[in-house]
Amino acid sequence: MPGLRVLVGTRKGLFVLKSDRRRRAWSMEGPHFLGQIVNHAVLDPRDGRTIVAAVRAGHLGPTVYRSQDGGKSWKESARPPAFPKAAGGAKGFSVSHVFWLTPGPADAPGRWYAGTSPQGLFVSDDGGRTWDGVAGFNEHPDRITWIGGLQEAPPDGGTLHSINLDPRDPRHLYIGMSAGGAFESRDAGATWSPMNRGCAADFLPDPEAEYGHDVHCLRVHPRSGDLYQQNHCGIYRFDRPASRWERIGRAMPKKIGDVGFPLVLHPRDPATLWVFPMDGGTVWPRVPIEGKPAAYRSRDRGATWERQDEGLPRAQAWYTVKRQAMGADPLDPVGLYFGTTGGEVWASFDEGERWDCLCLHLPHVYSVEAALAA
Amino acid sequence: MKVVLPTPLAEYTARRREVEAQGATLDELLRDLDRRYPGIRFRVVDEQDAIRAHIKIFVNRSQESRLARPLAPDDEVLVVAALSGG
Repeated sequence: MPGLRVLVGTRKGLFVLKSDRRRRAWSMEGPHFLGQIVNHAVLDPRDGRTIVAAVRAGHLGPTVYRSQDGGKSWKESARPPAFPKAAGGAKGFSVSHVFWLTPGPADAPGRWYAGTSPQGLFVSDDGGRTWDGVAGFNEHPDRITWIGGLQEAPPDGGTLHSINLDPRDPRHLYIGMSAGGAFESRDAGATWSPMNRGCAADFLPDPEAEYGHDVHCLRVHPRSGDLYQQNHCGIYRFDRPASRWERIGRAMPKKIGDVGFPLVLHPRDPATLWVFPMDGGTVWPRVPIEGKPAAYRSRDRGATWERQDEGLPRAQAWYTVKRQAMGADPLDPVGLYFGTTGGEVWASFDEGERWDCLCLHLPHVYSVEAALAA
Repeated sequence: MKVVLPTPLAEYTARRREVEAQGATLDELLRDLDRRYPGIRFRVVDEQDAIRAHIKIFVNRSQESRLARPLAPDDEVLVVAALSGG
């Protein structure tokens, strides 16, 4: 059925919320991969039928599944993302889980990118059937230094995520790492440069460190190529030809601050973006400030922000919205969706003015991706 | 020889918990298993040829961590997956 799909990746499987373009009536399909961790699932905007899902079952090794019929049937990748075997008994890397998936450009219809934990970048040119490491990154002699070594990884492992393509040049790639920072490649992944100047990293001794930052979510506008970032310390915008990030989160209300996980861009207007602030004080509870969830929207590239909490709980809501768990659909007005660690999915069909709960009682939500099905 | 698999891997074997596979070593046996049930090996053994942290393999009821472990045709191999966690 053509229409809108919201793919919800959870700790216990993949759920698909379905509607037509009016977005009034919704149904749920699934679970797919019941009991397995789905860190990310993406419907390919190039054909509206292919879904690629990053799946890991408890203590089994990680893999990738793909569907070419909108989720009716699934096939496992014949060669999932994996690091090369280390030579001569040296200790090599092993993919713990595939964390992030990004479809490639329109002129390479089978291409997908995957980011893993520990931090690795992989590419498929056959629709996710087989994956190869991007050697320019994975085998770069400074990679271990960039990511701070494995001992500095967050509790669930370091991740490579936020894989973005510049819409004006698909050879121009961006990635974010937690930890490691933001990096770009202008030659399809052959060479990489850090781009973290201007970003705070209050856990690093050098305030002008070139790398080692904690990107939570980096987005490139699909039309203009504008760059925005939510990281561990704040919200930033990068304006070329400048070479430093500007902290647009300083315009957020002081009581709220500018810490959070997700950042969502308007699919057409590069000046409009949303964030979902969380409590980054004391021991980092990572919950809505004072238990009162709200999105914040800027319509002027981060110069000013407005609170958007109509319809959301007024108090005692203590969930977290993770970095892949908030997204936008391509319709007009834009629909926004976020999933919570408490298993709720919320939606707004008027660009954040009002929120409604689409479903309750799902497992812990890791990712929410909205797209049109063919 | 007989290989006994845990339920998390049964999706590869049409829900069969006991299957047949051949090999002169544990490594050869797992590769043969993967030929018969594509994808199953990578979920048990990582790309560095290490048995995954929460998987245990027993040969004739003795735990084995070496993929080079020789096998005889009448050995029985048991793969166990931990079910800890919530």
